[in-house]
Amino acid sequence: MSVKNDQPDMNRRKFVGTTVAAAGAVVVAPGVLLHTVAGADPESRGASAKHRWGMLIDANKCAEGCSACVDACNSEHGLTGHDRPATDAQWIRAVKLKDNSTGHINRLVMMCQHCEHPPCVDVCPTGASFKRTDGIVLVDRHICIGCRYCMMACPYKARSFVHEDLENQSVNAPRGKGCVEGCTMCVHRIDRGETVTACQEACHDTGHGAIVFGDLKDPDSEISQALKSQNSRQIRADLKLNTGVRYSNL
Amino acid sequence: MRSSFNSIRRFTYLLAGAAFAVTSLQATGDTAVIKGSKAASMESCVAETNDIRRNHMDYLKHQRVETVRDGIRGAKFSLIDCVECHASKDNDGNALPVTDEGQFCEACHAYVAVSPACFQCHRTTPMQGNGSLGAVDLEQMKFQSLNASSLKEWHPVIHAGSESAR
Repeated sequence: MSVKNDQPDMNRRKFVGTTVAAAGAVVVAPGVLLHTVAGADPESRGASAKHRWGMLIDANKCAEGCSACVDACNSEHGLTGHDRPATDAQWIRAVKLKDNSTGHINRLVMMCQHCEHPPCVDVCPTGASFKRTDGIVLVDRHICIGCRYCMMACPYKARSFVHEDLENQSVNAPRGKGCVEGCTMCVHRIDRGETVTACQEACHDTGHGAIVFGDLKDPDSEISQALKSQNSRQIRADLKLNTGVRYSNL
Repeated sequence: MRSSFNSIRRFTYLLAGAAFAVTSLQATGDTAVIKGSKAASMESCVAETNDIRRNHMDYLKHQRVETVRDGIRGAKFSLIDCVECHASKDNDGNALPVTDEGQFCEACHAYVAVSPACFQCHRTTPMQGNGSLGAVDLEQMKFQSLNASSLKEWHPVIHAGSESAR
């Protein structure tokens, strides 16, 4: 941390002091220290590479005319619009896919696919677009310059740009004019130790249950079991992005 | 001659410094917190007041990287907590934005002539309480208490399915 004033940097001094103390402690009692780290409370533990968060969306269960997940997402993150669908922020949207040769219509929800190899991160000139260790792809608005390269790079059209000044944002999702944004997989909930996203919750509450959210790295998780037992696919799997969001019955 | 001139100059500097110290003390004295805000009822901020006055911007900047990049929440220094404590209420009990003229954050930032961009994105009133919540429905807040253990209770169908699958 850089302190831009004329005071002696007490943190640096403290850091040197604690480093010496910690080195001593490591030598004296490694067992005790390790135990403390393992027992840290969930609020402060942060993202971990032991997890990879993902979703499975059942296109058959996604019901015509239902917008529960979209509404829940808007409410959870305080997303407001100006009745301008072309430019209003949209973190999750319902789309219809029609097979022209058979006339069969598929309905599904589309949002950030939280790729393992995200193109938005590749193209970001400032490093604002990034992937957390637990696989969630986010925008760091503190350094986003609003160039929108990521919006162009995303094959899923998953990101939005905020065009106008905002007020009354949710504490769940600080957001403002001039930044790009997209689905965060309800990262504020995950960091609290919850494993339910707003959209999954809303979809369940309507009785459709089309969305399963969970840890792809945990073989016993709901989503891992579901992915193991049924056929599923990634959208634009040809791009080899290894998406965190998968679809079944598509 | 020269040394006496120097001592006069030094004395003038000292005088100017003292005057500045007095005015800044008046401007940022212990009464700086807004009456009626939660902060007014508390003994001190999350750290020593002088430390917070001098360094809060650095603490927050450091913490924001940890939160956004590493997902470390519940840190000692948090902008949400600043707003939570320092927002005051109007006569109707509605929270006033900390960026309104004369309110805690704005008053001092205006005094020292800085315009931080925090509140272009961050909420300026406490989320709970009587503040206006914009698009956010209070009903939604109940879901915040949900966690992995309560998932089983409200999601019995899926859980029953997974257990039989194992």
